[in-house]
Amino acid sequence: MKTLMLGNEAFARGLYEAGCKFVSSYPGTPSTEITECAAKYEEIYAEWAPNEKVAMESAYGASLAGKRSFCGMKHVGLNVAADPLFTLSYTGISAGMIIAVADDAGMHSSQNEQDSRHYAVSAKLPMLEPADSSEAIAFAKLAYEMSEKYDTPVIIKMCTRVAHSQSIIETSDRVEAEDKKYEKNIAKYVMMPGYAKLKHPIVEARIAALTEFAESTDINRIEKGEDNSIGFITGSTSYQYVKEVFGDKYPVLKLGMVNPLPVKKIKDFAAQVNEVIVIEELDDIIESHCKKIGVPCKGKELFGFVGEYSQNLIAEKMGISIPKNKKVEDAIPGRPPVMCAGCPHRGLFYTLKKNKVNVIGDIGCYTLGAVAPLSTVDSVLCMGASVSGLHGFNKLSEENAQKSVAVIGDSTFMHSGITGLVNIAYNESDSTVIILDNSITGMTGHQQNPTTGFNLKGDPCTKIDLEALCKSVGIRRVRVVDPYDLKDCDTALKEELAAKEPSVIISRRPCALLKYVKHPGPISCDKDKCIGCKSCMKIGCPAISIADGKAVVDSTLCTGCGVCSQLCPKDAPKN
Amino acid sequence: MKTKNIMIVGVGGQGTLLASKLLGKILLSKGYDVKVSEVHGMSQRGGSVVTYVRYGDKVYSPVIDKGEADMILSFELLEAARWLEFLAEDGVIITNTQQTNPMPVITGAAEYPADLDKKIKALGVKAECFDALSLAVEAGSSKAVNLVLLGKLSQHFDFSEEDWMNAIETSVPPKFLEINKKAFTLGKNA
Repeated sequence: MKTLMLGNEAFARGLYEAGCKFVSSYPGTPSTEITECAAKYEEIYAEWAPNEKVAMESAYGASLAGKRSFCGMKHVGLNVAADPLFTLSYTGISAGMIIAVADDAGMHSSQNEQDSRHYAVSAKLPMLEPADSSEAIAFAKLAYEMSEKYDTPVIIKMCTRVAHSQSIIETSDRVEAEDKKYEKNIAKYVMMPGYAKLKHPIVEARIAALTEFAESTDINRIEKGEDNSIGFITGSTSYQYVKEVFGDKYPVLKLGMVNPLPVKKIKDFAAQVNEVIVIEELDDIIESHCKKIGVPCKGKELFGFVGEYSQNLIAEKMGISIPKNKKVEDAIPGRPPVMCAGCPHRGLFYTLKKNKVNVIGDIGCYTLGAVAPLSTVDSVLCMGASVSGLHGFNKLSEENAQKSVAVIGDSTFMHSGITGLVNIAYNESDSTVIILDNSITGMTGHQQNPTTGFNLKGDPCTKIDLEALCKSVGIRRVRVVDPYDLKDCDTALKEELAAKEPSVIISRRPCALLKYVKHPGPISCDKDKCIGCKSCMKIGCPAISIADGKAVVDSTLCTGCGVCSQLCPKDAPKN
Repeated sequence: MKTKNIMIVGVGGQGTLLASKLLGKILLSKGYDVKVSEVHGMSQRGGSVVTYVRYGDKVYSPVIDKGEADMILSFELLEAARWLEFLAEDGVIITNTQQTNPMPVITGAAEYPADLDKKIKALGVKAECFDALSLAVEAGSSKAVNLVLLGKLSQHFDFSEEDWMNAIETSVPPKFLEINKKAFTLGKNA
């Protein structure tokens, strides 16, 4: 039956149909739904790992044990998992193993715009790149076959527009893959210099064999055109944009496999056309390859390295007129994402702002604390960097130690904050780390994590005790505050900053969007009492605005968290 | 046929995804090639959101570019103005006249431009502006704005009442079904 399916969901369907048995991932937009959808199949064991490195190593272990396995992550997650990735290239696998990485050109939901194809090139691993949902299914199946045939993990690269677009697919039944028997083989799986030296030539030979595959596979296909003056080499969404603009006018070499790239196929294609134009988002991987093998082409000089491509961009750079449009003359104010009404982070961030502390931030919803009017985040680098960054910021500056904190969410803390905390305890900086424990992984859309007490399938499981964990690594001062209680937050912050030793404040309250959270219900503002001082506006709550000089509360948004009430000098908010 | 482009725009949390899901379902049942692109993650949380729905004999790009949209269905007036440059010269924009202040307006850093519905019409654009929120409330829930708007959009398609109702029944939880059907009908007759 034909169905509309999201790219990520289709990918999960492909894993299912190919007999995948083990999935371990860490959530990250735009990759998250692959794992969430895979978890819905009873035949697949699926879990959230604390981070991408753990996920990849677990998937490797499952492959070693003979089960077809998978791990998925966003582009920056692959940086975390890069260590196992490079040596997995040497060990190879037992049962088929797929690694999915989802890039985010345009940075819809990411801190950088890195091109993950570089990883496939430098780790010498095969990488496939689907251009729609139907290819996501087909490529997942092909990847398992390739993985087992060539003894290698296979990377499948997604991107936002493939991951989060629905297109038409047809499903088929699951074909069980027979488990491989585990056999001890230290020359294959123990990568110390003696064995690794023997492995490197095998890796090179494998890439040569995969290049042969790239020459013959039909996922690298030539589509004939009517006019051979130009030939496009492209893949992924760029292929869709090229076809959108030109239809079948010019020949296209559509590459479904981006590493290793074919040589003969590209040369043959180039020989059929007058001019080769390479269209690929972000970096010039295909273009550089073409130039390296002596195929003259144009690419980045026309389309650039930055952001997402689109049909208009390609048309314009190719000298084709783009559609006209109209717009209103007024400046349209931006509508950036904001902390939700009732968000437990708000009270804590207000306290940080009030105390004028430096805030070394981290990755999650609370990154939004950087936006006005809270404007209380000084730095955001990568997962876990708040805790370790704070240590370096404070270690040689007592002044910093007295007025600086790290803020990190529960999931991000488990991901890679804990090692930074070990460093603070071990190397003794007077640092204050604030764990924003909202009992869920918020930004990626409510995934469970080791501190929530539930696993990916929704079953109760071991819950990491954050207080005990922090104490056990050597932090003696650990306290819990309710971020809705501004006085409590203020006292805790002042005392812990003054303390001449490491400390942890756990700001604990579940995400306001969690279904089980009961809210007191909206408050209203007593117009007779309100003096229009705008004290309640300092917290950046989307439910509060000013009309005719008085505060107005939007009852469809307000949860009744009571943070604004604590700021009102006239007691105007009422339940 | 030439690929048709419909954009659904609004504020994160307004239910734009349900509208695109319903539309996608009907278009698929009519035998079209369909692509629907959504926005997840950071772009939600009360931010400006957009969904692209494209259908025809063969659809390539999953997104709609400036000047390409045959129809824009906007859940909020400022968003209608923001995305207007994506409308094709002969396109139609349908917008809810509801106004939701974005954070820069709430904090006083920017102003919500006045009379946007009139300004859009003054450009010579085919615009259908109406108060979908009141109709949603009339149907029984302010959250049913998405179905009111979808009802209004349905005026531009020649699909049967049954087609739409089937799609609604298979997309909406049973306990909200009656409100949603009523909202759709109110929008359709608006």
